[in-house]
Amino acid sequence: MKRVEITKEAAVVVEALKAKHGELIFHQSGGCCDGSAPMIFEKDDMYLDESDILLGSVAGVNFYMNQDQFEYWKHTHLTVDVTEGRGASFSLEIPLGLRFLIHSRLFDEAEQAFFKTV
Amino acid sequence: MSYSKPKFKESYSNFINGKFVPPIGGEYFENTSPIDNSLIAKYPRSQKEDVDLALDAANAAKESWGNTPAAERAALLNKVADIIEANLEEFALVETCDNGKPIRESLNADIPLAIDHWRYFAACIRAEEGSATELDANTLSMNIKEPLGVVGQIIPWNFPLLMLSWKVPPALATGNCVVLKPAEQTPSSATLLMEKIADVFPPGVFNIVHGFGPEAGKPLASSPKVDKVAFTGETTTGQLIMQYASKNLNPVTMELGGKSPNVFFNSVMDHDDAFLDKAIEGAVLFAFNSGEVCTCPSRILVQEDIYDAFMERVVARTNAIIQENPYDVNTMLGAQASNDQYEKIQAYLKIGKEEGAKVLTGGDAKKLSGEFANGFYIQPTILEGHNKMRVFQEEIFGPVACVTKFKDEAEALEIANDTLYGLGAGVWTRDAHQLYQIPRAIKAGRVWVNCYHAYPAHAPFGGYKKSGFGRENHVMMMNYYRQTKNMLISYDKNKLGFF
Repeated sequence: MKRVEITKEAAVVVEALKAKHGELIFHQSGGCCDGSAPMIFEKDDMYLDESDILLGSVAGVNFYMNQDQFEYWKHTHLTVDVTEGRGASFSLEIPLGLRFLIHSRLFDEAEQAFFKTV
Repeated sequence: MSYSKPKFKESYSNFINGKFVPPIGGEYFENTSPIDNSLIAKYPRSQKEDVDLALDAANAAKESWGNTPAAERAALLNKVADIIEANLEEFALVETCDNGKPIRESLNADIPLAIDHWRYFAACIRAEEGSATELDANTLSMNIKEPLGVVGQIIPWNFPLLMLSWKVPPALATGNCVVLKPAEQTPSSATLLMEKIADVFPPGVFNIVHGFGPEAGKPLASSPKVDKVAFTGETTTGQLIMQYASKNLNPVTMELGGKSPNVFFNSVMDHDDAFLDKAIEGAVLFAFNSGEVCTCPSRILVQEDIYDAFMERVVARTNAIIQENPYDVNTMLGAQASNDQYEKIQAYLKIGKEEGAKVLTGGDAKKLSGEFANGFYIQPTILEGHNKMRVFQEEIFGPVACVTKFKDEAEALEIANDTLYGLGAGVWTRDAHQLYQIPRAIKAGRVWVNCYHAYPAHAPFGGYKKSGFGRENHVMMMNYYRQTKNMLISYDKNKLGFF
């Protein structure tokens, strides 16, 4: 069972970015403007530590979120998707005229039991 | 009265060293209007070389600009204000076209406020002084404020010209040179500004470089040629910029958003008067600027004994919002700034409903007809639920408010402070004790008391907690762009006696 998955369309974009930039990570942003969105960076660009929770791996890319944000997200299943758009962040898909975004749904009972969120 | 889409050139350039310069690599990106998804113009897709060109120009100009008398610097800031004011309508139209906000807001809020910020810092730099203290009979300590040098600024797309005018005037007033990257969603008003003020400042003092975050923003934020970085945006980029700044041991200021509570105590309904009317408008201000405000009052907290009666009026006022042609002065709610923003808000509406939030009004995208059919519109929405829901905790950045009720002051504070953020808050009451005690207990940098969404230049603005640090606006902001030179002068003719 997985906390985070990715759509086929988004996975294609991730593969293209990998070919260009090498190893990557996703980090879920909070806050305003371009926030509340998953951002993709070269693996060593962002300093990660124990305050960043690894939610899983999508298209071979680890997906992280800050732990205090995770407290409010931990009962939800996430799907990374992609749409046309622009962003002012440093996320690597932006020059392609695309933005990753998150679709969420509540865990079903089996997932709740598996991830012990109840 | 209604305006129409302003005219643009086919393409624009960066503004570097006092003139318009095309991007070195020759690449451009297409900028569209969220009102109808139509093309506005092409803007430079700048790269590191373009940013370096601007930084070199700024570094070459910093000595001379830093030594320019404050009176002269202030006069030039005032000149910019006068030029924007003389072209207010043109700036407002460009802002509405690029960002999607209704023209009534750009005419009456964005542009007039932007003008005032230029004037305010022109006045500040004339009025303030350094300090001198006689430490003992023979020792004088003098504090001289010196500019940092070159400032890199990265601004967001929600108030393009206003955010520029929050950040640039204090940096220039204090003698710094600026390289600014506008958000790629909204490059137009910054470009219009440079067209109008191209000759005002000496070459290199104020430079604008357009482009994408990873290609132009990152080189600006991480360059050793920059002495300070100021950023408004979100937490992950904020963290990255701080990392880069740590490599250069540079100071940074961060304004990173919020999830602001707007708290209504039962005394607001003691009378059905002008104040109650103001309070209801205060709750509906979540729809101001399409909710794309870092301080959007996106959590409405209402005392339980007035909850039903108060919310009935808030919902009625929300339902009266006119969401039509953003160029029409009667329109109150415009488009979201971009397609991805539009998609993101809808994703939040979906998870909100799934988590059990009740839709009191709105709840979906809004389709306008005719020429606006391809624009990005969301209905003003109020969701009723509890504070642990994701829609109560995450910044949606759309015209979406989440409402919940509280029993007493203690519970109001508990809910208000149960958030990762601490940028803004509102407190509404007729009780003289609550007027002071509740704002003091809310952990946020700006608490509006019996008002909301006022941004005077003379009041400091900034975040607690994950909303960032440093302040903007107010005379105190000048010190974020300066360092203190302490001259410690001895008038004693006698040696210490150690050697």
